[in-house]
Amino acid sequence: MVDPGAFGLAFLQDLSSIEEPKLIEWDWISENFWEDIVPAIQGHIFLSLVSLAIALAISLPTGVLVSRYRKAYPPVTFVTGLLYSIPSLALFGILISIPGITIGPAPVIIALVAYSLLILIRNTVAGLDAVPAETIDAARGMGLTNRQILFKVELPLALPVIVAGIRIATVTIIGIATIGAYIAAGGLGKMIFDGINRSFPTMIITGAVLATALAIFADLSLLALERRLRPWARRRRTA
Amino acid sequence: MGAILEVLGRPDFAELLRTHVLLSAAALLIGIVIALPVALAIRNTPLGAALAVNVGNIGRAVPSLAILALCQPFLGFGFDTALVALTALAIPPILINASTGLREVSRDVIDAARGMGLSGSQILTHIQLPIAAPVIFAGIRTSAVQVVASATLATFIGGGGLGDLIVEGTQRNDTAILLAGSLSVAVLAIITEVGFGTLEWAMTPKGLKLAQKRTR
Repeated sequence: MVDPGAFGLAFLQDLSSIEEPKLIEWDWISENFWEDIVPAIQGHIFLSLVSLAIALAISLPTGVLVSRYRKAYPPVTFVTGLLYSIPSLALFGILISIPGITIGPAPVIIALVAYSLLILIRNTVAGLDAVPAETIDAARGMGLTNRQILFKVELPLALPVIVAGIRIATVTIIGIATIGAYIAAGGLGKMIFDGINRSFPTMIITGAVLATALAIFADLSLLALERRLRPWARRRRTA
Repeated sequence: MGAILEVLGRPDFAELLRTHVLLSAAALLIGIVIALPVALAIRNTPLGAALAVNVGNIGRAVPSLAILALCQPFLGFGFDTALVALTALAIPPILINASTGLREVSRDVIDAARGMGLSGSQILTHIQLPIAAPVIFAGIRTSAVQVVASATLATFIGGGGLGDLIVEGTQRNDTAILLAGSLSVAVLAIITEVGFGTLEWAMTPKGLKLAQKRTR
């Protein structure tokens, strides 16, 4: 928040406004906070949440099914792994070449869902695999039906591993969503691209710093949730 | 299809591909040269290792476009700026994996080696590094794939590469150019993934492969 004028160096500010814009113009940030910056953050969060919700709706049932019908697991990881390794800008390019898909949030959400599938399905299967067979036997001995075992025993025990997957997927989604602005999906990436196009560093830095902060915030809060859901691991560590 | 092949035959395609590969390879190499010695230096200090893994984890959360964009106001447009940004992206996965890989070598194995009279540096080169090699190479693979993918974004800060074609295709609304760029980037990323996956397998010591097979 250095104001050169305050140090009697007003001429420096004049020079810089002629030469090139300053790195951060705090005035621009305060003037555009409510009209531009807050909606960009909201748009980014909305885009990420919608994608995550759709990805979960696909991955959780698929993960449960695949953990039962083991033969389907390798092809599922192959296909989702292939999707995962396609660079995002390339996937956007391929998607918008498909007739009927125009630029906007739709192809970006499709891509973000595609990227999350591998991580979410893999962690769902890994989480279910880690449930001890004795636990399931005990549940069956207590007279629980298969459905009850799945929802009351297996899924709750698999939850920490599933949340670990959600954490990686969320961070990936928030990061790639910034690139989605290139094909008009909005969000914080739009500030970055607008800033580059207008040679206006304040916008670039604001967009990039906020996107980074959002990703790290999501990462740390989901990590905290993951630890909370795994009290037995914590106990073991302190013991 | 023919139109796409026509784009791939353009004289500037080879140049863009060359820039893309050069940018990625240079960033990966510099990343390795920075991350590996750091991981080696801190392998015996729990605090340093914990710090490296945590910093690395936070580094991995930073969106790649944000890193590229943040370098631009400070370093200007061009290849060099993209190289700096991509190197910053390359470091975290290698640092995390090398650091955890070296630390996860069991104490018993190291004690046994010491009991056999191996010196500290012999333990490192004959025991720790071979055992950690698969994990280290897994980190290098993650890093390589990420760098090749993010090099596509170098186009936005004037760094060149195959991303130029995607931008050209979008701006001119030319599906052939857009697909030529997108598909070649996708193929390059998949080749990187498979190639480094093979390297990772080749770098796994025979004994470890046997052990993996047995547990399976």
